[in-house]
Amino acid sequence: MATSVMPKGNSLKAQIVETPSKADWTKPQAMAIPKEGYFKPEQGRYGPIFPRTPACYGFSVVAKVKPGREQAIRDYGNSIEEAVKVDPTVLAPLKLHYLRWILFDVGSGMHFMYQGIFDTDFDKYLEDAVALFLKTGITTVFVNLEGWPEDWKTNVTAVIKFFRDHQCPSFLEYGEYPYVTADEVKKALKLKAAFADMLDLMQ
Amino acid sequence: MSVLQQSDSISRDLTERTDQGGLLDFEDIQHFLMSRPLARAARYEFLTFRSATDGRAWLMGLIDKVGTVKAVGSNLVDSRWVTVGFTWNGLRALGVAETSLATFPEEFRQGMAARAEVLGTTGANHPNHWVGGLASPNLHAIAVLFARDVAERERCRQEHERYLVQCEGVELLSSLDLEAIPPFEYAHEHFGYRDRLSQPVIEGTGVDPTPGSGPPIKPGEFFLGYPDEEGPAAGMPQPEILSRDGSYVAYLRMEEHVGAFRDFLREHGETPEQQELIAAKLMGRWRSGAPLVLAPDKDDPNLGADSQLNNDFSYATVDPHGYACPLGAHIRRMNPRDTAVNMNRRKMIRRGGTYGPPLPEGAPDDGIERGIAAFVGCASLVRQFEFAMNVWANDPHFHELGNERDPIFGTQDGTFDMTIPKRPIRKKIRGLPAFTTIRGGAYFFLPGIRALRYLASVSDAH
Repeated sequence: MATSVMPKGNSLKAQIVETPSKADWTKPQAMAIPKEGYFKPEQGRYGPIFPRTPACYGFSVVAKVKPGREQAIRDYGNSIEEAVKVDPTVLAPLKLHYLRWILFDVGSGMHFMYQGIFDTDFDKYLEDAVALFLKTGITTVFVNLEGWPEDWKTNVTAVIKFFRDHQCPSFLEYGEYPYVTADEVKKALKLKAAFADMLDLMQ
Repeated sequence: MSVLQQSDSISRDLTERTDQGGLLDFEDIQHFLMSRPLARAARYEFLTFRSATDGRAWLMGLIDKVGTVKAVGSNLVDSRWVTVGFTWNGLRALGVAETSLATFPEEFRQGMAARAEVLGTTGANHPNHWVGGLASPNLHAIAVLFARDVAERERCRQEHERYLVQCEGVELLSSLDLEAIPPFEYAHEHFGYRDRLSQPVIEGTGVDPTPGSGPPIKPGEFFLGYPDEEGPAAGMPQPEILSRDGSYVAYLRMEEHVGAFRDFLREHGETPEQQELIAAKLMGRWRSGAPLVLAPDKDDPNLGADSQLNNDFSYATVDPHGYACPLGAHIRRMNPRDTAVNMNRRKMIRRGGTYGPPLPEGAPDDGIERGIAAFVGCASLVRQFEFAMNVWANDPHFHELGNERDPIFGTQDGTFDMTIPKRPIRKKIRGLPAFTTIRGGAYFFLPGIRALRYLASVSDAH
C-alpha cells in the first residue's frame, strides 16, 4: 500500500534548495522563533500552542524566589537525584530529554529557572506533568516561588496558568539530530547493541 | 439504545458512602449518567428561550418529569425518562447573574462551536457546517427523552409539543429522533460494531466494574460537589446550589457514511474474513465486540458477547507494538489503558444512540442521514472530553504515528494514514476516507434537581 518514491535526476537538484524536512535527522537544524513563541496562533485547550522545533518541545519557566527560600530550592536537587536513583522511570511520563534547574540573581533578586526539553506538547500534557509533580512531591519546590497559587493542590487550572504565565519562549533553538525523540534515540542505541551482540554470535 | 441493561440497576440504599464519606444524592442527581433505562427510542429537542420568564416557566412545568437516579432505579417510571441540560448561554437566558456565570469553566462559557480548533472539528466537521442551530448562540437548552418504544416517544413528543404551545417564549430550534436498529439483542451502531463494552463504574453505586474496566472511579470525576480522583470537591461554579450534583455533557451528532465504510472494507479485503479483519483493525475490536488483543487473527463472537471477558485486556506488555490492536485504532486511542498515565482522570460516561434508518447489507448508499447522536459526560470538559479529542482522537502525533487520526471518529480529509503493524512489513493505508462527519455538537450542563428548582425561580433583578 505504501511506497516511497525516490527522487530522480532534476528533482533531486530541486530538493536541495527546499526547506529541510522534519524527517531528515541527518542534518542539524536551527529555528528562529517569533517573540510570542509561535509562528501562527493555534489554540490549545489552555492557551496558544508552542510548536515542535529541531530541539523538540520544551519550556523555560522563570519566576522570582520568595525571600529566604534559596536553600529550600537547592535542596530539591538532592531529592530529585535520589528519586531517580530509587526509580529511574519516575519522570518517564514527562518524556524528557534534559532538565536544567538554575538559580540566578543578576541584579533583580533571586530567580529560579526550570528548563526542560521533552517530547510532549506543553498544552497536551501539562495536566499529566502536574499530576506527576504532585505524586512525586516535586510541586513543593514551586511553593517557594512568588505567584504560585495557594490552592495548587486542588486547582490544576491555576497551576497550568502559573506555568504559562511564567514561560519564557525561546527565540532560537538548534538540534544536532533535529526532531528526534528520546524514545527513538534509545531505540537506535538498543538496535546498535543488538547488532553488536549478533555480530559476536556470528564469530 | 439499551435493551438488556437490568444489570445496571443502582443500589437503592441511600446510605452507600464513597470512601471519603460523601453520600451520593440519588434523589438530586439526574439519572442520565448513572442509569440505563430500557429504551429503544429517543428524541432530543433543542430549545431557545426568547424570554427569561418564559424559559423559567417552561422549566418549572417540567421538573417533576425529570428522572432522578432514585426514581429511575426503582422503576417508578418505566416508559419514558426525561433529562434537561443548558448551555452557558441558556443559563444566562434564564436569568442567572453575570457574577455566577463567570464562575463556570472557560471551555463551557465558550461553547463547543468556539472550541473547534481545540477539538480538531475542522474541515467538513467545522461548526460552520453544523445543522439544527447547534452552533448558534441561541441554543439554550436540550430536553432529552428516552422512551420504551417509538409509540411512547411519539406520545411524549405530542405532549411536549402541546406544552410548548403554551410556553410562548420557548421555541424549538431543532430536534432529532433516535431509534435502536436491528438486531436488537445488543447495542450497536450503523457500521455494525457492538457498542458500550467499556464503561467506568462510579464508586458508591454498588455496581461492580467488569474485568478490565479498571477500579470504580470517584464520583467527583462526573458529578460536581463530590471528591474526585485528586481530592475533595473544589472550584465549583457558584452559587453551590446551582452546581452541586450537576455534570457537563458534550453532545455530538455524528453522521456515519455506511456506504463509504462498506466500500472501503471491500476495497481492502477480498473475502468477507479479510473485510472483517480490516474493520477490526480500524476499531480495535471485531464487529462482534471481541477485542483484537484477545483474538488477534480470528473473530470470536462468544468472546465479544461476554462482558466478563470482552474488556479484560491491556496493551503495554501483551501488545506493545500494536501487532494485535494497531496503536492508532479507535479503542486504543479512546482508552490507552496501561500505556498512558493519569487514566483515572480521563474517564468519561457515554450515552446516546443511533438515528436514521439502517442501510441494508448490499444496498448502495441512499443519501439518507444516519449516525449516532451521543453524549460524553464528565465533571471537567477541558480535562476529560477535550483531552480525548485533542490528544487522542485528532492528534496526528498520538503514539508518534506521525500522520494519523482516529480512523472512525477523527477528522479525516483523505490526507491521513492508518498503520497496521504486521510481521515482516507493516501495512500502511494512505489517504483514509472520512467514515463519519460531525453534523453538530454542544456543551450542556445537567443540573441537579435542586438546581433546576433554583433556576426556575431565579429573579429578573439583573
